[in-house]
Amino acid sequence: MGEWINTILQGLLLGGLYSLFATGLALSFGVMRMINIAHGDFAILAAFAAIAVVEPLGLSPFLVLLVIVPLMGVFGYLLQRLILNRTLGQDILPPLLVTFGFSIVIQNLLLVTFSADTRSLNVGELGTASLALSGEVAVGVLPLIIMAVAVGVLLGLQWLFSATPLGRAFRAASDDREAAQLMGIDNRHIYGLAMALAMSIVAIAGVFLAIRANIAPSEGPARLLYAFEAVIIGGLGSFWGTLVGAIILGVAQTIGGKFDPGWGILAGHLAFLAVLVVRPNGLFARTRDR
Amino acid sequence: MNASHSTPISALVVRRGTRTSRVGVVVGLMLLLAIIGAPWWAERSSQRLLAEFLYVLALAQMWNLLAGYGGLLSVGQQGYIGIGGYCLVVLGLEFGVNPFLIVPLAGVVTALVAIPTAAALFRLRGAYFAVGTWVVAEVFRLLVANTASVGGGSGTSITRTVMGIPAWWRESTTLWIALALGAGTTLAVYLLLRSRHGLALTAVRDSEPAAESLGISVSRVKWFVYIASAAGCGMVGALIFITKLRISPEAAFSMDWSAAMFFAVIIGGIGTIEGPIIGTLVYFLLREFLSDYGSWYLIVLGSIAVAFMLWIPCGMWGLVASRFDLHFFPVQRRVGNLPVEEQTR
Repeated sequence: MGEWINTILQGLLLGGLYSLFATGLALSFGVMRMINIAHGDFAILAAFAAIAVVEPLGLSPFLVLLVIVPLMGVFGYLLQRLILNRTLGQDILPPLLVTFGFSIVIQNLLLVTFSADTRSLNVGELGTASLALSGEVAVGVLPLIIMAVAVGVLLGLQWLFSATPLGRAFRAASDDREAAQLMGIDNRHIYGLAMALAMSIVAIAGVFLAIRANIAPSEGPARLLYAFEAVIIGGLGSFWGTLVGAIILGVAQTIGGKFDPGWGILAGHLAFLAVLVVRPNGLFARTRDR
Repeated sequence: MNASHSTPISALVVRRGTRTSRVGVVVGLMLLLAIIGAPWWAERSSQRLLAEFLYVLALAQMWNLLAGYGGLLSVGQQGYIGIGGYCLVVLGLEFGVNPFLIVPLAGVVTALVAIPTAAALFRLRGAYFAVGTWVVAEVFRLLVANTASVGGGSGTSITRTVMGIPAWWRESTTLWIALALGAGTTLAVYLLLRSRHGLALTAVRDSEPAAESLGISVSRVKWFVYIASAAGCGMVGALIFITKLRISPEAAFSMDWSAAMFFAVIIGGIGTIEGPIIGTLVYFLLREFLSDYGSWYLIVLGSIAVAFMLWIPCGMWGLVASRFDLHFFPVQRRVGNLPVEEQTR
């Protein structure tokens, strides 16, 4: 019994990490109506950048976040302003294929720079520390921290979207591009900021992933798929739905993996397909895909 | 309208062919004959390259049909390529069916798999459909990798299926089937687009709501295109692994197949039939020159695709066609005046 509770708790907390990946994706879809195929690859890029900084200097990976997150934010803004804004329009093909091209370029650049070996960020004892809840039930401290950060990011986004002029501009640009522009909103700049925010969150996700597990240059696409599944399970336009979606995915994967290590990821995919068939708009959809 | 009207009004005719298309038919037929005869005049290595070119062309045409005409952005056609490949393992190794017979059978099998898949995926639209197809391809890959009887994650050798077939026949038949797939998919897309359904398809491509309002059953057109493309990819998948003789989930369900399709279609020109041919040629040329550079080759390929998407979205053939009004595969209807001497007849 305790073993099963542990498994489910692990899955639940794994959802925190997936939520960090999914939030960035939900943000860029929500505001720009585009899916960034290289989303996962950018996370891996951020993680490798962190590794490149941490290893020679011997810094704490948490400190490195203070550098990597703003850096990825600036990178995201420039990427959106200089390249991705040019691809936005009625046709969904250009943004999808351009970011697919990025995905291939990033993966291979990382492969050239860091080789195909798996790497990780070391946080010492914290990586294995756990909190005993009862005799046989315990949770890892690190997964708890990640979940707390994920919830913190969502709270921050909720505040941003509901209580600030920037959030209002995000919602306006999302609801009606042209009307927002008529109201004096510079969409190009707003999109740039949204991508900056998405990339910052993705940087957090990437660094935490590298702290939790070994990463390899080719891992980005898998991360994109999990993020995507969490967004769809949760339903479009709902940040908290995304968290629930991420948790469902995490629990499905750990339970599947408990039966057979080979079935973990598959179980996550199947949970996603099941939701798709039963509730195509996700569990908590607030907006509909146009 | 009034036929008995006495004033000379010019009669309008609808033309389909162009001068280029008539030249194209002659050139195409000559090429076809040359490739059929390749086993007698070409070296074995060039035959293999030719076969590879033809099956990548077939894949590019299938993706072009989906994305360029059907507006269905799939990132998961490797799922059907993989299933086609694994038909060799199941039908060939287990039941001893002739590998070349498996190629059409693989088309049937993948079409049957695609029908329930489409039912789930068609709930997603646009970009979400795209990533959904990718998830489905991953599901196929993981299911195969977890099935020990087909070799599991490490794959299996399929050499046993082609044993007993003389080498010459094996190589030649591979080339002929590759030709049938490469030329066949091109011709099939062409004929489909010239038909009534092709008109519906181009209407759907240009504007879904407008097509719907004109009475086109958009979802049925898309459904048909999706199933047809899956079948095409499945057949190619079976052929690919006849040439490779070893199959693994990693190789069969590899994203690289999709990357090759995208590259060929984007570089050549999406939404044209000539485009994928040009694009596949460019893809092979680049590969011949750059593949020694490993990862850098893929970085260059990816960058070229991004650059095309940003600055030349119509692709190479799009540039040529708009400048010189060349159409080897004319699918549009052109309205023109009938020459006067023909009118009087």
